[in-house]
Amino acid sequence: MIQIENINKRFRKLQALSNISGSFQKGQVISLIGPNGSGKTTLIKTILGMVKPDSGKILIDKEEINDNPAYRAKIGYMPQIGRYPDNMKVGQLFKMMQNIRNTNVEQMDFTLIKQFELEKIYEKPMRTLSGGTRQKVSASLAFLFNPDILILDEPTAGLDPVAAEILKEKIIAEKKKNKLILITSHILSDLDELTTHIMYMQDGKVVFIKEIEMLQEETGELKLGKAIARIMKGEQFDNHWIDRIFETKSNSTIY
Amino acid sequence: MLKLSRYVLYDILRSKIVLAYTLFLLVVSFSMLQMEENSSKAMLSLLNIVLIVLPLVSLIFTTIHYYNSYEFIELMSSQPMSRKKILLSEYAGVAISLLSAFLIGVGIPVVLFAANETGFALLFTGTCLTLVFTSLAFLASVIARDKARGIGFALLLWFYFALIYDAIVLLILFSFNDYPLEKLTLVLSALNPIDLGRIFIMLKMDVSALMGYTGALYKDFFGNGSGILFTVGIMLLWIIVPLWLACRKFKRKDL
Repeated sequence: MIQIENINKRFRKLQALSNISGSFQKGQVISLIGPNGSGKTTLIKTILGMVKPDSGKILIDKEEINDNPAYRAKIGYMPQIGRYPDNMKVGQLFKMMQNIRNTNVEQMDFTLIKQFELEKIYEKPMRTLSGGTRQKVSASLAFLFNPDILILDEPTAGLDPVAAEILKEKIIAEKKKNKLILITSHILSDLDELTTHIMYMQDGKVVFIKEIEMLQEETGELKLGKAIARIMKGEQFDNHWIDRIFETKSNSTIY
Repeated sequence: MLKLSRYVLYDILRSKIVLAYTLFLLVVSFSMLQMEENSSKAMLSLLNIVLIVLPLVSLIFTTIHYYNSYEFIELMSSQPMSRKKILLSEYAGVAISLLSAFLIGVGIPVVLFAANETGFALLFTGTCLTLVFTSLAFLASVIARDKARGIGFALLLWFYFALIYDAIVLLILFSFNDYPLEKLTLVLSALNPIDLGRIFIMLKMDVSALMGYTGALYKDFFGNGSGILFTVGIMLLWIIVPLWLACRKFKRKDL
């Protein structure tokens, strides 16, 4: 469904994405993980067309995403930090999105709005909402139009355990409907029961994309957190190893 | 597009700044037209308001509005909505609100107390200047990276068009007064919408008799149909070109 081919993006001095390629299919739940600043959010924003890549292309359902914004109707996006017009009330926001997307009420999915009990705060302006409530609004909006592709950027950050559980269950339900779901998260235990693939990024590069079973086999760890930790440690070991080479080299020049 | 503009308009009306601006214009125009016995004198004072205050308010208000609705723009850009449509709806919303403020605040008093050729020339110029400077402000805000730079850039534009440009024109006229400059001054006036508006109104007033030979040339040029066509054409260019440039820049911008 999503095909990414050799994407490059540079923000002045920082190479945010370098030569990213990948292909994601229906029914997959892809966890994008990596340290802060590794380019996860930039990649997501590139898929959404909010960031324009310097080179490379992105195809969604085999169509390139250049100037035609229609493809975004297939995507539900939950941003890391949901920012909404201050003066708008919660109910108005939902109504406006519905108006803009031109969707029938029958095709819409109100489960999250109901489960998060957002109807109670329909009359509250967005600026008065707490961070967690804002996240609930963002999540409900992402799922509201029943999209084929869900892109969730740090979905559980800032949510209380009850809300996080509701959201996780909703993601599992959508996964069963054979949708493509892209998640970034630092809370690896949250991803354990959801994910089918892991995409690990560092410094704007993809280190690997693997099925979770393969990862478990290779590292010998069943828990995702431990498996990733093992890989990260392994890399640290590599770095030390390089450091040591440089040390010996600089020593030799002194002699 | 109109759907989006409706929300932009709603948001602007909520903030009440435009209402205050309308009231300000209404009070100023009423008091000037009421207090001055000679309606032509009152028009001259009103002309200064239109030429100085209108561009300034349009520039600053638009720039601040753009940065305040950045969240809204971001939200819309993740929806099936083209960048061009987003920017043009924003423009339509801001332009409609500023224009109605002007037409209520200045239009009603002028129609009531000075419904003559000069009065309508004033309304025409005010309408054009509002649209021109809203368009320029959009260009400034799309180019600038943050709010402070954007407002600074907008203020610079105002200084240039309202003050510095006249000084440059005077300098040119003084240094080259041995040469026939009538054609040149005509061209120079087209390069500044404020100047163009001023000449357009002045020629409808008696004071144009004081402008000497250049005044006669202007009267000859602007007095007939082709002069009006020229003014309208140049004003339209001043509205469309910055807006088109802003659209182009906005399409490639990373949000």
